[in-house]
Amino acid sequence: MTLLTLENVGFSYGKGQRVLEDISFTVPRGSNVGLVGESGSGKSTLLRLLLGLERPQTGRILFDGAPLEARDAPAMRAYRKRVQAVFQDPYSSLNPAHRIRRIVTEPLRSLKVPGDHLAMAQEAIAAVGLSPDTLDRHPHQFSGGQRQRIAIARAIVSRPELILADEAVSALDLSTRVRVVDLFEEISERMTMLFVSHDMGVVAALCDRIVVLDRGHIVEAGETATILNAPQHPYTRSLLDSIPRMPVAP
Amino acid sequence: MSRSNARTGKTLTLWLSLVLVGAITLAGVVSFVWTPFALSDMAGGRLEAPNATHWAGTDRLGRDVFTQLMIGARIALIVGAGAVAIGAVIGVITGILAAFATRFLDDALAAFFDILIAFPTLLVAMLVVAAREESSLSTAILALGIGLSPIVGRITRILTKQVLSQDYITAARVCGTSWPVIVIWHILPNIAPFLAVNLALQFGLAVMAEASLSYLGLGAPPPNASWGRMLQEAQGTVYSAPWGAIFPGLALFALVIGINLLADGLRDRFDPSRRSA
Amino acid sequence: MMADLLTVDALTLATAETVLVEDLSFSIGRGERFGLIGESGSGKSLTSLAVLGLLPPAIRATGQVTLDGQAIVGAPERKLRGLRGSVVASVFQEPLTALDPLMPLGRQIALPVRRRLRREGRDSTRTAVRREVHALMDQVRLPDPQRLYDAYPHEVSGGQRQRVAIAMALACQPRLLIADEPTTALDVTTQVEIIRLINTLVEELDIALLFISHDLAVVGQMAERVMVMRNGRAVETGAMQQVLTRPRDAYTRALVTAARRFDHALEGQP
Repeated sequence: MTLLTLENVGFSYGKGQRVLEDISFTVPRGSNVGLVGESGSGKSTLLRLLLGLERPQTGRILFDGAPLEARDAPAMRAYRKRVQAVFQDPYSSLNPAHRIRRIVTEPLRSLKVPGDHLAMAQEAIAAVGLSPDTLDRHPHQFSGGQRQRIAIARAIVSRPELILADEAVSALDLSTRVRVVDLFEEISERMTMLFVSHDMGVVAALCDRIVVLDRGHIVEAGETATILNAPQHPYTRSLLDSIPRMPVAP
Repeated sequence: MSRSNARTGKTLTLWLSLVLVGAITLAGVVSFVWTPFALSDMAGGRLEAPNATHWAGTDRLGRDVFTQLMIGARIALIVGAGAVAIGAVIGVITGILAAFATRFLDDALAAFFDILIAFPTLLVAMLVVAAREESSLSTAILALGIGLSPIVGRITRILTKQVLSQDYITAARVCGTSWPVIVIWHILPNIAPFLAVNLALQFGLAVMAEASLSYLGLGAPPPNASWGRMLQEAQGTVYSAPWGAIFPGLALFALVIGINLLADGLRDRFDPSRRSA
Repeated sequence: MMADLLTVDALTLATAETVLVEDLSFSIGRGERFGLIGESGSGKSLTSLAVLGLLPPAIRATGQVTLDGQAIVGAPERKLRGLRGSVVASVFQEPLTALDPLMPLGRQIALPVRRRLRREGRDSTRTAVRREVHALMDQVRLPDPQRLYDAYPHEVSGGQRQRVAIAMALACQPRLLIADEPTTALDVTTQVEIIRLINTLVEELDIALLFISHDLAVVGQMAERVMVMRNGRAVETGAMQQVLTRPRDAYTRALVTAARRFDHALEGQP
């Protein structure tokens, strides 16, 4: 059962150089896929394609078997009901002028989800481990980790099937990062997740499949354990070798 | 120590500006229902110095200067508010359009703003008055509003571009929020604090420009008592009866300074960038 | 025994409203590599600014900072400038903002080189400076020095910019190099090169290192001794191996556990 399929996707900005070339991979329903790459790998661009913010020039993206067409407004609306995102910078992803209540319920209003929006927001806020009075406050009253939890609440409030996370823990301090990774792990039990990150350690902790991207190409993809224990591509090997490890007790 | 001193200083300045602007606004509002004399009352002696009956003296027609000052306050505020409102509506709409437009249209609009700004507001206003071929209060307001609009447009365009680069805009797009809603919910509330400060500064500019228009005889026609026209009429008698020029000059100075200080003070209070955790 | 190169004694940094660093004491010996670990808001970067005498005017320092026998806290700017040009040099997180975008890289390295040659009363003609700059570029393993000499910061990669920043720091032949998160903005594959480079250089040139980072594993590769800071206070100081494998303080333990979790994940363990 695949939820998301990319078939030979290619993209370039304007007439510039190819940012993505011949990208093909699948995200099985219920899985947790990590998309790993360094700067210039094209991972952010790939995410923009999946968010429907850009259109691939070649190839296609299939969601639940149907091709994603950014220009088809009703189809996009249906897609957005089922796909939500969490971004990197918790300081820029929440509108500072709004209360949390309004921020978290925005997808419900925009997507015209029926039902009691406040109750759904309360449920989402509880699910990310924040207290109910969070809803009456403003973003500036929260720390980076708490803001990221609020952003996650906004992403899950409409009960999407797929969560796209863009470096969603990279801006957080180590001790906060571990707790937010735990939260993602918990959430991923209920939905499919594509986790884009440069941090192999986080992806290894969170994902069951890994796709390695380098300069616009997929160099390797497979089960997390296989990639970590027997990397095939030299780039994957050098990436793994480069990660500084903690000293071990003598 | 020095920081708390600075803060006390800021609070003092804010209060001072509130008093200045408040007093002039009060005078303007009261002038609708009461003035010491009627505007056309020429019963006073000519060019009387300030005295118990005529608090600010009389002009060369024997009219009470204080009465004219009060009505001048009303005119200044109406012109300032009207011009800023017109400038804001035109400027905000074109500014947001430019920020959203394709690269080509954006560049064209940005260049257009810059060219218009290169002309002094007063000059643009004079052209509008000339085009309408009559000088009236509404013409002055419209003229100044059009003159201010490129300044507002330019700053709106820049502020909007900054907001557009924020992740919460992407987040809104991703959860299906439409562009008009994004403008109303996300862009306007976030550019409003900065825009408000800028508009307050434009208000001061409009008041001064109106005085200049009136001084040149292009503003509100008689019997409207504009500070600018008072200054113009007092020109011939400035040495024999300086109060005729000093009082409107002071009133103009107080209003413009007051509004500028108020804008500064409000920015310090409400600057969203200082709303950090 | 020679006196320590840097001694920080009961350093407290505060604004009118809040205390940012409180009662901090540590010392770095000549040639020693010292790591300062802390999360955001721990005061670690502020501490490095205090050592450089570069605190913002709103922050008041009390206590003592002694660098190479000279007092830093309360010293006049003229004297501090002298120390910064000769005894201590620094490398920061973002090499793009640390470099002048409008000046070719070679000329940026040449500035501190010329200052030092003049100070030492040596030949500071153009050719002599250029020779020295090329030597430095070799030392930081910048490829193709001829081309990079005339390149601008935006024309080279992040890793190469950081190498240029390191070359500029080395140009004044410091006794202490302060590196504040110098690899945080870099990709991991570049990070490992910069870590190796700094390690090799401080060893070869016998420079003491104050390495500041939030990344425990990176500090583990750079420092012999570490101090962990939290909310402006030192919570634990000791040998790197001991602190990172057998932490005593609860906060350090939490940090180490968190870091190990991602390490274990990389080993393919749950």
